[in-house]
Amino acid sequence: MVGLRLDPVACDGRGLCAELLPERIRLDDWGFPILAAGPIPRELLDHARRAVAACPVLALTLVD
Amino acid sequence: MTYRPLLAGLADRPAERGGALGYPEHVAVWGRLPRRPAGWLRAEAASAGLTGRGGAAFPTGRKMAAVAQVRGRPAVVANGMEGEPASRKDVTLLLRVPHLVLDGLQAAAADLGADTVVLAVKRRSPAAEALDAVLRRALAERRDDVAIEVAWAPSRYVASQETALLRWLSGGEAKPILVPPHPAQRGLSGRPTLLSNVETFAHLAHLARVGAAGFRAVGSPEAPGTFLLTVAGAVHRPGVVEVAGGTGLPAVLAAAGGPTERVQAVLVGGYFGRWLAAEELDTVTVDPLALRARGATLGAGVAIVLPAASCGLAETARVVRWLAGQSAGQCGPCRVGLPALSRELDRLAAGTMDAESASRLDRWTHDLLQRGACHHPDGTALLVASALRVFGADVDAHLRARRCRAGGGRPAVLPLPASFFGDGGWT
Repeated sequence: MVGLRLDPVACDGRGLCAELLPERIRLDDWGFPILAAGPIPRELLDHARRAVAACPVLALTLVD
Repeated sequence: MTYRPLLAGLADRPAERGGALGYPEHVAVWGRLPRRPAGWLRAEAASAGLTGRGGAAFPTGRKMAAVAQVRGRPAVVANGMEGEPASRKDVTLLLRVPHLVLDGLQAAAADLGADTVVLAVKRRSPAAEALDAVLRRALAERRDDVAIEVAWAPSRYVASQETALLRWLSGGEAKPILVPPHPAQRGLSGRPTLLSNVETFAHLAHLARVGAAGFRAVGSPEAPGTFLLTVAGAVHRPGVVEVAGGTGLPAVLAAAGGPTERVQAVLVGGYFGRWLAAEELDTVTVDPLALRARGATLGAGVAIVLPAASCGLAETARVVRWLAGQSAGQCGPCRVGLPALSRELDRLAAGTMDAESASRLDRWTHDLLQRGACHHPDGTALLVASALRVFGADVDAHLRARRCRAGGGRPAVLPLPASFFGDGGWT
């Protein structure tokens, strides 16, 4: 069971994560990500890995 | 010995004469702190059902056991910062019965084998000078196994948050850190740390003397022991009261002399708490778990009474403006979202908001939950959400740009620190 964890201190509101994983991440009215709770469905895992890798400030991680 | 309230022994020392119980007087009221074997106190705390008195109401015995399970020399820290602007219970304990808090620190340190014990207080506060004098004298009267260090920390609101305080004590800025790991695992300088409110330590000092059965002699099964509360706002005798767990809120207000005029609502839990409407008060008790079950919180034990003639929205807007300015600025939703929330609430309070913005304001109170390294944005968002609920009729009136029923011109009810005490750096 894999989930996404955001470091809110590192996050800068760049928004790449929401573009790459809109099924699980949306941006609030100020451009910061809101993550859906719970484990990531298997079919989205590749997209989740891409979103994690794309974050310029390494704010996103995959956790067990 | 049998049960004694924390503020016992003060009956013949009215507040006007002030003064702390000196060590001989402390021993006359409470007896000496007994030596107990390591592990005894945390087991008794668990049996007694003692919960933290700093706001989270976490079971103290469980927290102590968590510290004991981690490798490394534990540290014990008492949080005497009292960040909640309306709260006075912590400074009252420290100024009047300092040896109870200091005994609690010693007892916890002995229980855990800690070699570092710190009492953290605010560097800048109206009571700082008096606290310094009382604590110096109290420490000089004692011979503790582990020396207690008093640390004078930055006075901003979030500096009193547990991870912020530990970060500063460890040499960093007084800004929160994302958890986990919790202080019990990694706290002061990375060591397992018991960090609790000063009132919690005072209860531990009591527990060390009377044990779990003695502690449970007062209060309810779900909320054992006593609770210190600060009652403020429209009551005859605002100040700190001590009540048994499970006491109804009307009785708490009566202990503060009762309301001075018709009650509109009560803010329970301070600015990290929630508004409760007057009609709901009969079912509100001093019970952290019961309050949590109904979406409220005891918080730092603050109850502020709002009279009928005041505008709850305007009062809340004023406090939210201050809360937004207290952000550590580390997390976007707090740094940007709280000021945005505040501006919208100001418009609502001023009667210049439209219905669409009102529904956006409501949505923002949900969007701001669990978005930060600490719960500052949550606290502010939930405070606003409770205001929108309890003052719903006023929301409608303000949206129609009608005159607020409060009429305006009343002095503010919700207190805020003078800027000298609330500002300052992070180190």
